Amino acid sequence: MSVSPEHLIIAPIVVPFLAGALTLIYDERQRRAKLAIGLLSCAATLLAAIELLARSKGSDLTGGNDIGFYLLGDWSAPYGIVLVVDRLSAMMLVLTGLLALPALIFSAAGTHRQGQHFHAMFQFLLMGLNGAFLTGDLFNLFVFFEVLLAASYGLLMHGGGEAKVRSGLHYIAINLAASLLFLVGVSLVYGVTGTLNMAHLVQLVPGLNDDQRPLFHAGAGIMAVAFLVKAGIWPLAFWLPSTYAAGAPPVAALFAVMTKVGVYVLVRLSFLIFGVHAGASAGFGAQVLLAGGLATVTFGLLGVLASREMDRVAAFVVMVSSGTVIAAAGVVTGGGPAGVLSAALFYMLGSTLAVSAAFLLIEPMRRLGGEAELITDDETDDYDDPDDDPRPEMVLAFPGAVTVLSLAFAVTMIALTGLPPLSGFIGKLGMVQGLLEDTGRDGWAWGFIALLFLSGFATLLATLRIGIRTFWGSEAIEPPRILALEFAPILLLVTLLVVLSAKAEVTLGYMVDTTDALLRPAIYAEGVLGAPRAEDAEVAE
Amino acid sequence: MELVLSAAIGVLAASGVWLILRPRTFQVIVGLCLMSYAVNLFIFSMGRVMPGVPPIMPRGGFVDPTAYADPLPQALVLTAIVISFATTALFLVVMIASRGLTGTDHVDGTEKQP
Repeated sequence: MSVSPEHLIIAPIVVPFLAGALTLIYDERQRRAKLAIGLLSCAATLLAAIELLARSKGSDLTGGNDIGFYLLGDWSAPYGIVLVVDRLSAMMLVLTGLLALPALIFSAAGTHRQGQHFHAMFQFLLMGLNGAFLTGDLFNLFVFFEVLLAASYGLLMHGGGEAKVRSGLHYIAINLAASLLFLVGVSLVYGVTGTLNMAHLVQLVPGLNDDQRPLFHAGAGIMAVAFLVKAGIWPLAFWLPSTYAAGAPPVAALFAVMTKVGVYVLVRLSFLIFGVHAGASAGFGAQVLLAGGLATVTFGLLGVLASREMDRVAAFVVMVSSGTVIAAAGVVTGGGPAGVLSAALFYMLGSTLAVSAAFLLIEPMRRLGGEAELITDDETDDYDDPDDDPRPEMVLAFPGAVTVLSLAFAVTMIALTGLPPLSGFIGKLGMVQGLLEDTGRDGWAWGFIALLFLSGFATLLATLRIGIRTFWGSEAIEPPRILALEFAPILLLVTLLVVLSAKAEVTLGYMVDTTDALLRPAIYAEGVLGAPRAEDAEVAE
Repeated sequence: MELVLSAAIGVLAASGVWLILRPRTFQVIVGLCLMSYAVNLFIFSMGRVMPGVPPIMPRGGFVDPTAYADPLPQALVLTAIVISFATTALFLVVMIASRGLTGTDHVDGTEKQP
C-alpha cells in the first residue's frame, strides 16, 4: 500500500510528537542536537501546514472550500475519531507554525539552557495545539487540550524561581478546574445526543425535542465556560496577566497562540452547533460571547493603561485581542454581517504575530534599559563540562543594534494599536465597516466600535510610554549585548507583519471565504460523515 | 440507585468546590481530587444507569441493545481518570516546589498580613 496524500493531515500531530520523543533520548548536554531536531520538526510542521492551507483553498470545482478528512484507524465518521482540516483549522495551523519557529530560535539564545527538557515540552505543546485545531471529535479535543496544557505547565515553570512557581500554581489549578467543567459539558452533550462527533452534532441539534434542548444547552454552556477560561475572557482571566508575564520570553511568545485555541474552539463550535440552521438553538450564547468579549476588551484596556512593564502590557494586549475576536464571533452568531468575523480573523492573525514579537522584544529592551544582563552559561549551566557544546557567540554590539531594535518595536506597536498602514488597522477598519451596517439591528454595535478605538488608544499610550523610557530615556552609554539569535526571530516576526499588511487583500479574501464556509456548516457535516474509508476505496479500485 | 448515585456526585462536587476555594494548597488539591471523582461518576452515569449488564456485545446474530450498557462512557471515564490522575500528580509536584520556595503553603505564596 502506498502512502496516500491524505496522510499529510496527521503530520502536524505526528511530527512534533516523534521529535519531542526523540529529544528525550538525548542528554541535556547535547542541546545543539535537540535544537536541530526541534527546528527540523517546526519547519516540517510549518511546511505541512502551508500545504494543507493550499489544499483547503480547493479549486473552483469545490467552490473554494475543500475539507480534508483523516479517519483514524479507518473507522467511518460517527463511530471513529476523525481529523478534519478546513480553511479555519489550516489557517490556525499555519499561525502556530509561524509563531513556533521564531520562538524556538529565540530560545537558543539562552532560555533552553535554563532547565531540563525544554525542547521536548515545546514539541509536545505544538502537538497538542495542532491536534486541537485538527480534531473533529469533542472528547479527542479534551485529550489534546490536556496534552497542550501538560506541556504548557512545564514550559511556564521552565527556569524555575518563585514568581514562575507561584503563577504556575494558579495556572494549573484554574486549568484543572476548567478541564473538569469541560468533561461535565462533554458528557452532558453525549448523554443528550449520543454522539461526540462535531459533524454528527450539526445534524442532530435541529431535531432535538423540547425536553432535551435545555439539557443540551446546559452542556454546551458548561463546555463553553472551559473554553472561555482558555481564551482569557473576563471574569475568568485574572490568572492570565501574571502567568504570561512570568513565563520566559520565548514561552510567552508561543503562549500568544494558546488563548487563540480557546477562541478557535468557540468560533468553530458556535457556528457548527448554533448556526442559522440549528432551529430553536440558533444563536444560542451569542449575547454572552458579545458581552464577555466587550467586557474583556474593557478590562484589557484598563490593564494596559495601568501597567508600567512591557511584559504586563503585552499580556493585557493578549486579552484585548481575544476579547475582540470573541465579541465579533458573538455579533456574527447573533445574525450580524459576516464581514465582522472575517475582519476579526484577519485582526487575530496580525495581533497574535505582533504580541508574540512584543514578548520577544522584552528581554533585549530590558538589557537596553540596564535592567537585565545577558544570560551567561556561568549562572545557568548545571552541566558544566568540557565536552559541552560551545556556546554561540554572535553578539551584536554595534550602535545600529539600538536603531534596529527601536524600529522593530515601532512596527510591532503600530500593528498592535491598529494604526495605519499595518495589519491591525486593516482588521479594525473591516470590523468597524461591518459593525456600521449592523447599528440599526443591535445597539451593542456602537459600544463595540467605541471599544475598538479606545483599546487602540490605550495600547498606544502605554507603549509610547515604554518606548520613550527605553529608547530615549535610557542612560546606557554602551550599547547592550544582543545576540544575533535574538535579533533574527524578532525581525522574522516583524517581516511577517509587514508582509501580512502588504498582502492584506489576499489574506482578507481568504478570511471572507473562511467565514462563508463557517456559515454553511451543513457542507462540513455532510463531508465528514460521508468521508470514504480507505478499505472501501481499495475495493472499488 | 439513581438517587444514591446522584447524591454521591452532588456531595463529592460540593465538597470539592468548597475545598478548592480554601487558601491552603493541600486543601485545593484534595478538592480537585474530589471534583474529579464527581465528574468521573457523572460521565459514567451519562450512559444511563444500568446495574448488572455487560458493556460488550456478542458477535453476530440479533443483539438487543437494551440488555447491554453503553460502553462509550466507560471508555471516556477510563481516559478521564488517567488524565486527571496525571495532572493531579503534576500539581502535587508544583505544590511541593512552591512550599519549598516560598516557605508557606498558602496558594498565593504569602501569608495574609494581619
